[in-house]
Amino acid sequence: MGFFDKFKLSRLKEGLTKTRENIFGKIQKILSGKTKIDDEVIDKIEEILIGGDVGVSTTLMIIDDIRKRVKAEGFENPEDLDRLLREEILKILSNGTDNNTNPFTLPVSHKPHVIMIVGVNGVGKTTTIGKLAYNYRNAGKKVLIAAADTFRAAANEQLEIWAKRAGVEIIQQTQGADPAAVAYDGLNSAISHKSDLLIIDTAGRLHTKINLMEELKKIKRVLQKLDPEAPHEVYLVVDASTGQNAIQQAKQFTAAVGISGLVLTKLDGTAKGGVILAINQELQIPVKYIGVGEKIDDLQPFDRKAFVEALFEK
Amino acid sequence: MAFFISILQVINNLLLPVFEELTQKLEGVFKKLRGQGKINEANVAESLREVRRVLLDADVNYKVVKQFIEDVQKRSVGQEVLTSITPGQLIVKIIFDELVKLMGTAQVEMRYASIPPTIIMVAGLQGSGKTTFCAKLANHLKSKGRYPMLVAADVYRPAAIDQLEMLGKQIQVPVVAERGRGAVEIAVDSIDKARKAARDVLIIDTAGRMHIDEEMMREVETIKTKISPHEILFVVDSMTGQDAVNTAKAFHDKLNFDGVVLTKLDGDTRGGAAISIRAVVSKPIKFVGVGEKLDALEIFHPDRMATRILGMGDIVSFVEKAQERYDEQKAKKLEEKIRKSQFTFEDFLDQLHEIKKMGSLQQLMSMIPGMNRLPSNVTLDDKALVGVEAVIQSMTREERQKPQIINGERRKRIATGSGTSIQEVNKVLKQFSEMQRMMKTFSKGKMPRMLRGMQVPK
Repeated sequence: MGFFDKFKLSRLKEGLTKTRENIFGKIQKILSGKTKIDDEVIDKIEEILIGGDVGVSTTLMIIDDIRKRVKAEGFENPEDLDRLLREEILKILSNGTDNNTNPFTLPVSHKPHVIMIVGVNGVGKTTTIGKLAYNYRNAGKKVLIAAADTFRAAANEQLEIWAKRAGVEIIQQTQGADPAAVAYDGLNSAISHKSDLLIIDTAGRLHTKINLMEELKKIKRVLQKLDPEAPHEVYLVVDASTGQNAIQQAKQFTAAVGISGLVLTKLDGTAKGGVILAINQELQIPVKYIGVGEKIDDLQPFDRKAFVEALFEK
Repeated sequence: MAFFISILQVINNLLLPVFEELTQKLEGVFKKLRGQGKINEANVAESLREVRRVLLDADVNYKVVKQFIEDVQKRSVGQEVLTSITPGQLIVKIIFDELVKLMGTAQVEMRYASIPPTIIMVAGLQGSGKTTFCAKLANHLKSKGRYPMLVAADVYRPAAIDQLEMLGKQIQVPVVAERGRGAVEIAVDSIDKARKAARDVLIIDTAGRMHIDEEMMREVETIKTKISPHEILFVVDSMTGQDAVNTAKAFHDKLNFDGVVLTKLDGDTRGGAAISIRAVVSKPIKFVGVGEKLDALEIFHPDRMATRILGMGDIVSFVEKAQERYDEQKAKKLEEKIRKSQFTFEDFLDQLHEIKKMGSLQQLMSMIPGMNRLPSNVTLDDKALVGVEAVIQSMTREERQKPQIINGERRKRIATGSGTSIQEVNKVLKQFSEMQRMMKTFSKGKMPRMLRGMQVPK
């Protein structure tokens, strides 16, 4: 068994290197000796972008822009085209996406800072909150979590474990309680305990469920009774393996509670999360963090360059 | 049904019927080809470009789409275009048939063990909905007269065991919940526990894992080898994009699973992943998850799924939604009225309120896949409804019941009262009479045009 496994593992790695070389190799081969973009090149770019969940519209737009630039600037070799491609994608991402160099600081203008976490079911909201709380606490902030997912069985217990791991306090009520009431309690407590940061967990909900979206609006309204500026941030958590539906998610959650940033989770798999390009293109919502694993320190500030690099890998 | 029709009518008056989007696009392409008796390579290529776009927008994998288009092209070329239908309709039919074929026939039965317990193992990525599905499946089997037992073998995710325990309590199904032991041990020992407790189906909930996590994939493989499940189900989120092929293939290579479960189909995803997965592993989709309640489990309908992926709208879900929100008795009364041609402005107002209860028009539309891509000149404005409502509310009781008495004077008064214009009042009156006329036709057993348009050509 042992030998067999080792054999397979090395085979897998070999396989991965092979695919990586193949695509790069192919682009090189296709481009060699060419000074204009033909169908073959377009096909290849399309395959990479659409295959990375960038979506047809955004892909076509990128290709169109590149065509225009090639017409104006020309290109000498594959490296040039590669550079153009990357630049165009970075341009889309710069729509509101900063390079988040100092990720776990808080504005000094107010206290507590309130972050509300929303998203559809199973994207990794609770895990993200655990990681956020841990990072902010490490940065010397006093953090409180409010467990406003009162719907899913054992959501409380799950968040409690994460709070313990992060070493922060948590406010919760029983399952089935009014989530707005939990959020209100949380903010009240954060104010009286002089917390720097309150993170509010909400239940996963499909953006098409009207009642549940109304519930989210209510949470926001209730928070504003205590602090008219709250929540200062609303993060939409998006699973990197999600396809074009993420655009609808972003639209509907924005319409309901106004999204200020995205957290792209599960980027440690083979999914590329290219749909954030389309979201950036349409809604200009910056990506704040990426999740790359289940451990508490597997949360990183979003890095545009690294993201584009990964899009073209493998 | 009457309620549904009238909602559609209201919507129809506000926006273009886009249900036939794909067919219409193809019609455009084929317009210039009328009179050509056969589909040939040249004329099919253009229309298939549209189809390709539709499939990619629905998240069907790039390579799968490529192959699919090639297949359809081969099948289409040389087909006679019958005079009864247009070439566009024929192409759509061929594509629809191919998609249905690709996804397999309706539900394939589960394998039960001759000597109980039947062991069902559930696996998938994190967050795909395994735990909820396990509880739903247990609930489903219980209603079929089986005696299921749930096994919490996800020892990694915080509180996963608690979650399954709570769900088990809700549906009154026993749960094997052992903390501090390894997943393999728990699974192996549960077989004996099921026998002792006289449970005939064992449902094992495994931890979510990344398909490239070698160690975790080895664990799930070990569980499989040790317990020899009769049925292995792979759970996948219906919102998954291009990566669906990679995960399905990786899990299949390790587990050779028997069937697929497609979750979260109650949203507005087009669900192209269903096609991608079928194309790479050719295993049937056995169940679909359509909600968070524990009875929200359905068997898979390939034809409904094909309609959805092609963006023709999952009209069934839309009707269900309308029904769910509507008072049965009210609906009956309304039907009665329609039959007797007594539908008044009072009833219309009532309907507007019902629509409001269901949410904004935008949200309502978002339930219908394909509707998301409305042409930009179509605005979905709830204010339009507000205006209509104001006009009706400014009518007297008598006017609402007998709109024919609304003369010029009255129109002026209504316009002032509702803060609108005479033109708007006229528009509402016209809409209403159109609606009445359509309802009459409907009550005589004829289908309104829009409903016909939504059906897939057979």
